[in-house]
Amino acid sequence: MRARPAAGPSNVEILVLGVAGLAVFFGLWAALSGFGLVPPRFLPSPAAVAQRMFFLLDHPFASATLPLHVLSSLGRYALGFLLAAAIGVPLGLFMGWYGLLDDIVSPVFNALRFIAPIAWVPFAALWFGTGIGGPIMVIFTGAFPPCLINAYRGARFVDVKFLEAAQTLGASNLRIILEVLLPASIPSIVSGLRVGAGLGWQSLVGAELIVAASGVGYMMVQGQSAVSTPTVLSGMIAIGMVGYCVDLVLREVEALTRRRRGVV
Amino acid sequence: MSTITFEDVGRSFDSVAALKNVNLHVRDKEFVVIVGPSGCGKTTCLRMAAGLDFPSSGVVRVGNREVVAPGPDRAVVFQQFALFPWKSVYDNVDFGLRNKGVPTAERADRIAAVLKVMSLEGYERSFPHQLSGGMQQRVAIARAYVLDPAVLLMDEPFGALDAQTRVLMQEELVRLARVNPRTVLFITHGVEEAVYLADRVAVMTSRPGCIKEIIDVRSIREAERWNSLPRIEDVMDLESFVHLRTTIWKSLREEKTEEQH
Repeated sequence: MRARPAAGPSNVEILVLGVAGLAVFFGLWAALSGFGLVPPRFLPSPAAVAQRMFFLLDHPFASATLPLHVLSSLGRYALGFLLAAAIGVPLGLFMGWYGLLDDIVSPVFNALRFIAPIAWVPFAALWFGTGIGGPIMVIFTGAFPPCLINAYRGARFVDVKFLEAAQTLGASNLRIILEVLLPASIPSIVSGLRVGAGLGWQSLVGAELIVAASGVGYMMVQGQSAVSTPTVLSGMIAIGMVGYCVDLVLREVEALTRRRRGVV
Repeated sequence: MSTITFEDVGRSFDSVAALKNVNLHVRDKEFVVIVGPSGCGKTTCLRMAAGLDFPSSGVVRVGNREVVAPGPDRAVVFQQFALFPWKSVYDNVDFGLRNKGVPTAERADRIAAVLKVMSLEGYERSFPHQLSGGMQQRVAIARAYVLDPAVLLMDEPFGALDAQTRVLMQEELVRLARVNPRTVLFITHGVEEAVYLADRVAVMTSRPGCIKEIIDVRSIREAERWNSLPRIEDVMDLESFVHLRTTIWKSLREEKTEEQH
């Protein structure tokens, strides 16, 4: 891959290029299904999917409209992600400061984090039920590792001069963690939250395979049962679009923290 | 009584001796400057007094107590300032006071006073990266002074400053030392700076470093009334100053620097 030249494309050009990419993608898709290369039963046309999406906007399928399914997913997702951040970030910071805790937790964590969120589905259902608890646990297992790892790395790589300054100024361990490690690690933590948010959202469909009543994943499973490929694709597009928006917001937060720090 | 005592202090890093048989006694409210070739271990001496490093042999005492950990009784001014970039000037200076549990109202008074002395009024809400190097170093000194520490440890605090700012800071430090004398251990490789600031100058040998000789500046300064001259360049023109500078410079020249090894 070539690096961008110093005077890179302007914002307008980037927008045009992005739109061009989307046009090519949907054009290929339309060509594949439109010229009968792939039967609609395997790949419905973009128009059919768009029509289905608009239909689902105000007509319930699987007992709710698409926006309500999205909202239900987002609520579940927010809980799972916030839980992951609330446990992962402090634990990572403490592991970065207390070597003993690091030595105890790291081996267990480093093995557990390679187990894909979807692999937790059976136990999530068994332990926390198929109501709210099970899906949250699956999202949690997706979002948790980056939250912890980035807080840990941020804390470990804090410039030692700040730690020494804090110690010579008489700071307690807790104060060093809260007022030195935490703020010094904010850029790393925010990056971790962004990655965690992405992985958490990816884990959503897996999580909702075991949800009984609502959610985009649930709607897709129901669409599959009803052999409605446009419904399944509508769900996929909704997941992609919402994930993209969540990432855009977090990317903005990330840029903001860097700017405020004077890093950029 | 806040004294700093190095007793037969040795320090090895990975079985390579960096310091050996360092003996130095800094008296209460005395300003001692250590000069030495680069790599001689002068910063290590200061870090041991601060409790950030520990001797392999011998003992370091501050006020007759062996140093076992860092603490706000020994304020450190670091070469690279080490201001917290995420805290405002006010909060940087406040940090040590909060750690000591000083009541809020008293903290505000003390911070206002020290910022006034360091000519930082009006910059309370600024962040370090918005300040010039000289101002950042003034904040770092304010952060140390506000604790009213018995002992002040300064590791080449003016090394990163331009020549003009450095001179102003040196004059400022001499003024502070006169108004509010502290026990100070100051590290530098600038001979003129050492003679201008010190009561006594300790010259170190190259690695493994030990104290080669200690030169009394104070008696000459008082006899020749350096303090009656407000500006550093006037002092530097005095024959007594030039003589001391040459003596120390010759002593230092005999030592190899790290680069020549």
